[in-house]
This record gives sequence, C-alpha cells and structure tokens, in this order.
Amino acid sequence: MQKSLHLDAYKCTGCLQCEMACSYEKEGAFNPAKSRIKVFTFHDLGRFSPYTCTQCAEAWCLHACPVEAITTNVATGAKEVNETLCVGCKVCTISCPFGTINYNTETHKVDKCDLCGGDPACAKACPTEAIVYIDAEQTGYDKMQKYAQLNLTQGE
Amino acid sequence: MHHVIIGAGPAGVIAAETLRKYDKKSAITLIGDEPEPPYSRMAIPYLLMQNIEEQGTYLRKGNDHYRRLAIDLCHDRVIGLDTAQKQVHLQNDKTLNYDKLLIATGSHPVTPPIPGITLPGVNHCWTLADARQIAAKIKPGSKVVLMGAGFIGCIILEALVKRGAELTVVEQGDRMVPRMMNEKAGNLIKRWCIDKGIRVLTSTRVEAVESGQASRLSIKLAGQTTLAADLLVSATGVQPNIAFLKNTDIKTEQGILIDRHMQTSVADIYAAGDVAQGLDFSSGENTVQAIQPTAAEHAQIAAKNMLGLPGARFQGAVNMNVLDTLGLISSSFGLWMGADSGDQAERYDPENFKYLNLQFADDVLVGATTIGFTQHVGVLRGLIQNKMHLRDWKPRLQQDPSRVMDAWLATHQVLA
Repeated sequence: MQKSLHLDAYKCTGCLQCEMACSYEKEGAFNPAKSRIKVFTFHDLGRFSPYTCTQCAEAWCLHACPVEAITTNVATGAKEVNETLCVGCKVCTISCPFGTINYNTETHKVDKCDLCGGDPACAKACPTEAIVYIDAEQTGYDKMQKYAQLNLTQGE
Repeated sequence: MHHVIIGAGPAGVIAAETLRKYDKKSAITLIGDEPEPPYSRMAIPYLLMQNIEEQGTYLRKGNDHYRRLAIDLCHDRVIGLDTAQKQVHLQNDKTLNYDKLLIATGSHPVTPPIPGITLPGVNHCWTLADARQIAAKIKPGSKVVLMGAGFIGCIILEALVKRGAELTVVEQGDRMVPRMMNEKAGNLIKRWCIDKGIRVLTSTRVEAVESGQASRLSIKLAGQTTLAADLLVSATGVQPNIAFLKNTDIKTEQGILIDRHMQTSVADIYAAGDVAQGLDFSSGENTVQAIQPTAAEHAQIAAKNMLGLPGARFQGAVNMNVLDTLGLISSSFGLWMGADSGDQAERYDPENFKYLNLQFADDVLVGATTIGFTQHVGVLRGLIQNKMHLRDWKPRLQQDPSRVMDAWLATHQVLA
C-alpha cells in the first residue's frame, strides 16, 4: 500500500517544527531556509499552509530532466533526485507546476521532498497532525493532483 | 509494425521509450547521426566546466538501456525520405521501411553570413565534438570572443570563464538574452556579467573575422574596432534540421508544422522536439520553441498517437527558460513581454540583482520573469498553464509579486 503525505492547513499552527525536522534530516542543520517542506503564512486569514511535493503521477520534473537524474522510488512512489547525476541545469525547477523542486545554490543541485525513504521527518515532528503520512487513497493530495491533471495534461 | 525515429536527442529517445512502454511487440529503430550514445546538449556547459565526464551528458545511463528495451539504436544519417514508398534512405546506402515515422531531428547552429566565419579559430558550441574542440582550444588566459548572448550563449558563458578564458561577449541586441528577457532584466544580467569582469558589448555586430598577427583571429566589429582573439565562439541561434525534407510534401515553415496529435501534413509521419513547429500555449500559434520540456511533452504525445492511443491531444506548451549566468539565476515564462491590454506587477531591486515581473491578462497570469529567485519558480508555470482566475489575489500580487506561491495555494483551494 502506497502512502503519501497529507497536509491539512486547518490543523497547522505555523510552529515550523516540520521545517526544522526536514532541514535537520536532509541538510544536517536546523535551518528552515533549507527545508523541503514550507509553511506559508496567510496573516489576513490567520492561517498556515504546509506545502511540499505531491510526488505527482505526471512527474513533470522527471520527464523534463535531460540526464535521468530523477527517478521514481518503487517502494515509496517518491520522485528522487540522484545528486551524482544531477548537473544543476534547473530545467525541472521551471517544469514543475507546483514549484516544489528547487535549485540549491550551495550544492549546485536540485532539492525536493523524497519522503525520507518512507519515514518522513516532517510528519513525525508535527505536533498537531497537520502533516500525516497515510494511505495514499485517503489523502487530500488527490485533490491537488486532480487540479494539476485537469488542466495541464494532454488528455481531452 | 515498424516505428522509425529520426533523431536521437531527448525527443527521439523519450518517444522510443514511450512507444515501447505501450507496445511490447513492434520494431523500433532510433537513428542518430552522432557517434556517441544519445546525449543531452543541455549538459554540455557542465562538461566544459569539468563538473561531469562525457558519460554524465548521456540521456540514459545504463549501458544496455536501448538493447534492454529492444530499441535498435542506429548510428547513421538520413539523407532522404520517400513518403509514397514509406522509406527512409540512409547515408550508408541502407533503406529502411517504416509504418510510422517520427522526425525528431532537432536543430543546428546558424552560421551567420560573416566573412571569415569558417576560419579554424571559429567554433560553434553545440555538439560533444564542438565541446572537445573548445576545451582543447581554451587555455587559461586565452582571449575568447562569444558572439551572441542569447540563451545558448549565456548558458555556455560561465563554462568559458571557468576554463580561464578572458571573455568578451558581443551581442547585436541592446541587452543580453533579448528574446527571453525584457530591457530591465536583460540589462541587469549584463551588469552582473560586467561586475564579474566580463567585457559585454551590446548593440554590437561582428562584421568580419580575419586571421590575426599576434593572436589567431582578428575580429572586426561594426564601427571599426577590432578585437584580438584566440577563439571565437559563435552562438547566434539555431534552426530546425529540415533540409532533408526538401523534396517531400511535408509542410514546413520555420520548422515542421504539426497538428495537436503531433502529426505532420503527411499521414503516418509525426514530428517532435526542436524541429517541430507546434502549438504555443500562450500565443495560440504554431512556433518552434526548441526547449527541453516541450521536446519531452511532444515526444510522449507523438508516441501515443503513433500507436493510436486515445486522448493524447496536445494542449500547447508554455515557452519557458531558465538561465544561470555566472551564478545569477533567471527565468522567463509564457508572455513575459506582456499581453495586449494586459497589466503587470513588478519588483525591481537592481542593487541586489533581483527582479520579478508578472504579466496578467485580466486576472490570469500569462507571463513572468524572475532574476535572483530559486525557490518555487515552477509555480509560475502552474499558474500560467492552469489559467487560474486570481480574483482578489491579483491586487495582492501587484502589491507584492513575490507571493506567487501563496496565490497558488489560495486559488487551488488547498486552504479550503
């Protein structure tokens, strides 16, 4: 059974524990600027929205990569960047319509969420269950993926 | 059934793989006229920077990738096409029969009509063979002139500098990347390069190239100035490879005209990638975009239509580019120059080399330019291609265009 991250803006308090956990897990530093999950703040609505890669089926980043540096992890479904193969051309960063694969100016490679190999640090760190890692079919990500597919794919 | 694909660049390779994904039985022949395994021209700058080896440019890394997929990779050159007999003629006297044909022959660098342009000290930077020659010709301190500061000129610029070239850039337009960036953005990139020690001459034309006395070349600029150079790298644009179609009834303009199923004007013949003149999402016209993401999209749709699979109809590709010019990262999308009677949002911070410009038609984002941003840039494509009505987010973006990600989340009901 494939799992995916379920992000719930209603439950998010904007505590940024997820960003801390992600940056520590992936970059070895507590530095939200290096996190692959981001919490967006809507002051006027008093709301927070955690957001990261949906591991979408279309995989715009993967198809746009000219050197086969992005592949699908068959166990988790995550689209993963092979840092050895990535040349840093950034074509994936403009191809992804969700804006969730980004160029890292320090490593000269691209970064994205890889679901931490199936045990995402952000979900473990979230104190309010705004981020949970659950059966893919139950997640609201389907909704976002549908939005993407609705208008972006070549289907009728 | 025999599928023949002419051209082993990204479009050809992705099409071959897509054909095989849905059709396990048919024969697939992929013809490429360069000696190396299929590779990415996009990766050449990183090869010249010595970040990767030649193998790092290869489109697919497994040694047996094509064999494993039963794709017959054929190193040859197509010299003619007989659409009545459904035959492809190859340089080595071989003839291939096809049932469905995909033309993915890409493009070639333009050779501008300048006296002396064929002298040995002049190079394109397009193929792996070109890259090897350039690598051999540039020594630390070599005087190099880069003719053309378009997309290709700009992506190889850093590699030339990193190899130790003392670089002068000569561009006809009044700014750098004039066909990808507006005046503010193109001039910001120019100033960045000048600050990094590059000589950048815009609104300047190379008039003639001659053999030099002290150095290898003497490059005459319009207005009598002369530059001494060891190497001239010519990057004045590319053109689709369509010459071999001359005696066929395949309709071409700038490139091969294709419909929304990637089919050409001749039945059973399709085209994809840099050679194809297909639907532009923003203008609604058929254009040659010659960009990697469009090639990948074309290829998948072409392959599905070659197999007669339903639902593979092209919605048009958003033209977009991303550049890294000596560490300054820029991108442009769609109608970056603006739409008729549209309006814009802009943030211009030249001291910090940051620029963000959003172009709207009514309350829909139709184009964008960024300089100095690396986070969430792709969402600009998402907003443009989804044609999402921004409603009250438009005035917010006009106040602070950097909130594009917020606008995406709000308009895609992630907050609902």
